[in-house]
Amino acid sequence: MSTRVVVDPITRIEGHLRIEAQMEDGAIQQAYSSGTMVRGIENIVRGRDPRDAWAFVQRICGVCTLVHGLAGVRAVEDALDYPIPQNAELIRNLMVGAQYVHDHVMHFYHLHALDWVDVVSALSADPKATSELAQSISGYAKSSPGYFSDVQKKLKGFVEAGQLGIFANGYWGHPAYKLPPEANLMAVAHYLEALAWQRDVAQLHAIFGGKNPHPNLVVGGMPCAISIDSGSQAGTAVDVAGLERVRNILAQMHDFVEQVYVPDTLAIAGFYKDWFKQGEGVGNFMCYGDFPAKGFGDRSSYLVPGGVILNRDLSQIQELDLHAEDEIQEFVASSWYDYAAGKGEGLHPYQGETEFAYTGPEPPYEQLDVDSQYSWLKSPRWRGKPVEVGPLARVLMLHATGDARMQELTDSALRQLDLPMEALYSTMGRTAARTLETQYMVEALDGWLNQLMTNIRAGDLRTFNEALWDPKTWPKSAQGVGYMEAPRGALGHWIVIEDGKIANYQAVVPSTWNAGPRDGAGQIGPYEAALQGHALADPEQPIEILRTVHSFDPCIACAVHLVDPEGEEVLRVRVR
Amino acid sequence: MAKEPTLGALLRSQGISRRAFLQFCSATASMMAIPAGMAPAMARALEQTSRPSVIWMSFQECTGCTEALLRSHAPSIEALIFDFISLDYHHTLQAASGHAAERAREEAMHEHSGEYLLLVDGSIPTVKAYSTIAGISNLDLLLETAAGAAAILAVGTCAAYGGLPKAEPNPTQAVSVEELITDKPIVNIPGCPPLPLAITGVVAHYLTMGALPELDHLGRPLSFFGENIHDRCYRRPFYDRGLFAETFDDEGARKGWCLYKLGCKAPETYNACAHVKWNQGVSFPIQSGHGCIGCSEPNFWDKGGIYDSVPMGQFGAGPKIAVAASVGAAAGAGAAVLSRKKKHKTEAELPED
Repeated sequence: MSTRVVVDPITRIEGHLRIEAQMEDGAIQQAYSSGTMVRGIENIVRGRDPRDAWAFVQRICGVCTLVHGLAGVRAVEDALDYPIPQNAELIRNLMVGAQYVHDHVMHFYHLHALDWVDVVSALSADPKATSELAQSISGYAKSSPGYFSDVQKKLKGFVEAGQLGIFANGYWGHPAYKLPPEANLMAVAHYLEALAWQRDVAQLHAIFGGKNPHPNLVVGGMPCAISIDSGSQAGTAVDVAGLERVRNILAQMHDFVEQVYVPDTLAIAGFYKDWFKQGEGVGNFMCYGDFPAKGFGDRSSYLVPGGVILNRDLSQIQELDLHAEDEIQEFVASSWYDYAAGKGEGLHPYQGETEFAYTGPEPPYEQLDVDSQYSWLKSPRWRGKPVEVGPLARVLMLHATGDARMQELTDSALRQLDLPMEALYSTMGRTAARTLETQYMVEALDGWLNQLMTNIRAGDLRTFNEALWDPKTWPKSAQGVGYMEAPRGALGHWIVIEDGKIANYQAVVPSTWNAGPRDGAGQIGPYEAALQGHALADPEQPIEILRTVHSFDPCIACAVHLVDPEGEEVLRVRVR
Repeated sequence: MAKEPTLGALLRSQGISRRAFLQFCSATASMMAIPAGMAPAMARALEQTSRPSVIWMSFQECTGCTEALLRSHAPSIEALIFDFISLDYHHTLQAASGHAAERAREEAMHEHSGEYLLLVDGSIPTVKAYSTIAGISNLDLLLETAAGAAAILAVGTCAAYGGLPKAEPNPTQAVSVEELITDKPIVNIPGCPPLPLAITGVVAHYLTMGALPELDHLGRPLSFFGENIHDRCYRRPFYDRGLFAETFDDEGARKGWCLYKLGCKAPETYNACAHVKWNQGVSFPIQSGHGCIGCSEPNFWDKGGIYDSVPMGQFGAGPKIAVAASVGAAAGAGAAVLSRKKKHKTEAELPED
């Protein structure tokens, strides 16, 4: 029998996402991913000062705070060929790396964990046995029976009060939950620990960027002058005390990732090995590359290399050119937009058009028309192919390009779980890759801080390059792409500048690559592919859909493009 | 739910001492400028209630306001959502998805009709198809959830004033909460995002005092938005002496001189960033070398370039008080209705910024 399962809202994500699944004999035959909110930020920045763009586009997302701002800054720097001081590059690396660690830990505990962890089951755990379990997998200090007993008592008071708040109506008791009560209690305790931890480690952004969320940036470097010789009252936050605090935050990151996040991931994954066999996606992976050691222009100095992996073939990394018209293109066959040359065309972002054409049902509606258009997301393709971006793509890329530390991390985790390399191509593989990448990143962070401190000690305090700040020094027209590896994957912002103003702006973001709908050729996107074939134990409680969708860490506000309400054709700029 | 225990009993059962509880009330009293002697009365009022229901609706937003809430430290986010309020609907945090999530919202609206606090982040597009949840437009969802709310907190500049989506040319015809809802008390808590303490402070004030705080002519609580950032800035003495950073890493920038010439909008911005600061007091934008962008003011995105200096004539002229809300533990939650009509009349009498 054929039925439609609709999950809207998909919660514990950023933004507004709807999944419709066509069921056949208890399993998903076709899945449809729909972004249901638009704001039109790319349209809003047009005509403005390119130096201001970062602040606008940073607000594409407050979870991936920083990364859109940085892509916006880099787009202008690329267009103007604007070099920045090494200290600014190091501070950016530190901020992006810290964002990975913060974001990935929060994703695991606060957005994804409740797909695997049954909060109510934790009430029946034995605190002593929980303590033994915790101590068997980690040396983390908070692991006594008394500690877990206190957490359980708190949870019990909460549940017995009859007001479940954020835990109300969860799928508690669902047969798909496999953890023993003790593992559930341990995970709930760490859910609470992580809430406090994330608040503290976000301070790194506040020191360099003044606040988090939405720290400040500037085209040409970083705005945070280093005031090493100044008193704390007269200087900036980046003084001796501030840098010492950064050092302490990195230590806090190390402790939590190594003693809590990594062991918890491996412990939980061990109870869900069947989730290493489903939820793969499209089998193609892409990285733009990031974390320069010798300036952003030197791609060979990136910690994470750029390139494309096709059909799981790790022996061949395809070269990638973000400027090439025939490589990255966006399609709108299933999206609520029109193209002047027809809905079948694919356009490179420099030529991006976004003409609004809503053809969906008038709200309120029960079901989308998935045979025509069904999303505010476009369908980006690389040389016509759907690709997955994100932590799994980066782990595979580092593994394939011979990065010894990443090979060691993945091999060790797979050995511990007694799984082959192929197990990574799955829902739980994606989740585990995110954890391994976090471990890799906390180690890299130390190196960037050490280099920054070495420069400062040698008297190099430069954080900003004044040379091209004045728009009078710019060419009449210029275009560039600002790209990076955001926590959720490859992120690119394309800008066209005319007479010192923004003539066109297009962002193609990680969740558009992963969550985009079918293209004109009928090729499905990674979410849709990953959900295909999932059996739902109870279609009324489709926890299986949540597991796989959450494994991508969706960020939907990021993924949606501009809208032009009058239906006018948006300015079209050709690459010269 | 008849068996809901009082907050006092619940806190005791969870090992939270009366002393810690009183400290929380004192801290709230102090940050909301309520006499310290009120703290025991606040504690008594709080102890006698069950955790108040809070519904958080997210519309055209970036989740930055939720991330700000998650950075709360006084009270902490953990204490807030597990000890002080019942967060019955919040997309980013709630366990339930789909129908189960929508049912949680409907249950909370039904069981706490007329009593729940509605928090909104994000603007609302007036064209329905531009943003939907569960197939329902943001517009209809706002009207539906506002109907039974005791009061509404418009969290962030998008909900308060339209924010980024409303910036020129406003492609989705976005509007703020108060442009749509006129029959409920609304507190605007702007900022992109707001200071976490401004969000939790207003919630705590409402919970402990049973009333909304005093607001300025733009609907913002005076306790957080009553003062000009420039007046409270640690770099103000350099402004007064005419010492300015000319670029982002010159001698002046490193010595913490005034950022006026680099476009700092503090002189026309009302917010508590300079004294409350961000991320547990570590820094705030100006302390980390970038000028204030004025994010708690209406239409700040369209007020000129980020790096253009504020014209001297636009310097703020002190707080503008438009509404004297009744403050007192005796006032019931539902009775704390501000007169929107009166507010607008008063607003019209004041000069524009």
